[in-house]
Amino acid sequence: MKPITLTINGETIRATVPPRLHLADFLRDQCGLTGTHLGCEHGVCGACTIRLDGAIVRSCLVLAVQADDTIIETIEGVTDSGEARALQAAFAARNALQCGYCTPGMVITALDFLATAPDPCDRSAIRAHLSGNYCRCTGYEAIIDAIAMVGGQ
Amino acid sequence: MKSAAFDYVRAGSVAEAIARLAADPFGTKLLAGGQSLLPALNLRLSAPALLVDIARLPELAGITLTGTTLRIGAGCTHASLLTAPEIARHAPLIAEALAHVAHPAIRSRGTLGGSLANADPAAELPAVMLALDATMIIEGPSGTRHIKATDFFTGMFETALAADEILIALEIPIRTQRSGFAELARRHGDYAIIGLAATMTADATRLAFFAGGPTAQLAQRAAGALGTGPLNHERIAAACTALAQDLPAHDDPEASASMRLHLARVLLRRVITPWINPSIRTPITA
Ligand SMILES: Cc1cc2nc3c(=O)[nH]c(=O)nc-3n(C[C@H](O)[C@H](O)[C@H](O)COP(=O)(O)OP(=O)(O)OC[C@H]3O[C@@H](n4cnc5c(N)ncnc54)[C@H](O)[C@@H]3O)c2cc1C
Ligand code: FES
Ligand code: FES
Repeated sequence: MKPITLTINGETIRATVPPRLHLADFLRDQCGLTGTHLGCEHGVCGACTIRLDGAIVRSCLVLAVQADDTIIETIEGVTDSGEARALQAAFAARNALQCGYCTPGMVITALDFLATAPDPCDRSAIRAHLSGNYCRCTGYEAIIDAIAMVGGQ
Repeated sequence: MKSAAFDYVRAGSVAEAIARLAADPFGTKLLAGGQSLLPALNLRLSAPALLVDIARLPELAGITLTGTTLRIGAGCTHASLLTAPEIARHAPLIAEALAHVAHPAIRSRGTLGGSLANADPAAELPAVMLALDATMIIEGPSGTRHIKATDFFTGMFETALAADEILIALEIPIRTQRSGFAELARRHGDYAIIGLAATMTADATRLAFFAGGPTAQLAQRAAGALGTGPLNHERIAAACTALAQDLPAHDDPEASASMRLHLARVLLRRVITPWINPSIRTPITA
């Protein structure tokens, strides 16, 4: 077991973790932050996407021990802070979610896109940024509509 | 799936990481970005006893320019190289290729050193290193050695690295040259079905294909058929013909060997045909 100290959604957390525990399981099982979803556990689906030190990462491909001394933001954090409010409203308005399984990862990835893209309405750039996030329900068009809608605001 | 249990240490220096590897070379694995290793552990394709985390080592960080050599630390992440001004100016081929490597949330952690040490046959960066004539800088218990990219990639997921060695950095000679990149993948960010990283100086052309065989490789015969001097359509056609002798007949579920050869020729034309026009320059400037 290894001791770690990290900041999660603005709160300092101290914990002891087995080395093989990945950050997604740590967030869900030890911190009760179940908005971070697990689809594949090998990096291909994007459901577990979170922010680590400001950059989006796959929380299934980061060990909790690797996250010692980092700043983590999850879907709960960006919801409580209001950062995701416009996107969440646009997702609802455009029917950009059905089962909602992919949605937390989509929203975190879309926030990253909106913060970094030179043209936030460019649909092909949105597609490229979201290329690592799978949705089995919507067919993606509505998700791209929602992000472009916020990009245009 | 969950990985098997292992122990973990964060190395404080390259020397410490080498000592850990030397103590148990086959039970110990270096952990850089984890974007290839952790999926393998989660899928239980590998079960090391100890992971040695090298991600935060300052000795593996940074890009430096000395004279006509660009040195890139093995620990640089894909994302950092995509936006580095030194790369944009002196080795734009790296950034061009990185746009095809995985997705933003993977590029933020995956490293250059990890990608090269992993040597996936369909990975972009090994081919880029062949095209740029890079030299790998490797450290182990008996000191530092330098090895050319052409001697580094020895087979499918195999390199010249010994089990107790670390890739520290790589060095790229800065030359005035054109460079270009193209790949075909089923979806953006997937590993390629076939890809090409190419450079051309006044006296040499380097055509590095990837996903066409067990390892990225230079197409020597096609480059020979291109020759030197002003490029024209006949010489490009000759290179396309010669390519059949360069690429191994490689069938897999993605594509048959004949389809791969056809696609490789499409990419070769796509990348080098614009170079016929002498006013189009994509130089690496010193
Ligand atoms: C969904 C997904 C899609 C991807 N798509 C692509 C793609 O299209 N193209 C592509 O090229 N890659 C792709 N990747 C892989 C990605 O580029 C990885 O970042 C890269 O292959 C490994 O880098 P890493 O730093 O994460 O290495 P790790 O996963 O940490 O390590 C990989 C291996 O290299 C060894 N190693 C790491 N650093 C060193 C070093 N300095 N010296 C010696 N050995 C070392 C490790 O021990 C391990 O065996 C993808 C990954 C995922 C999860
Ligand atoms: S659960 Fe992490 S990418 Fe699928
Ligand atoms: S809404 Fe169901 S997976 Fe995307």
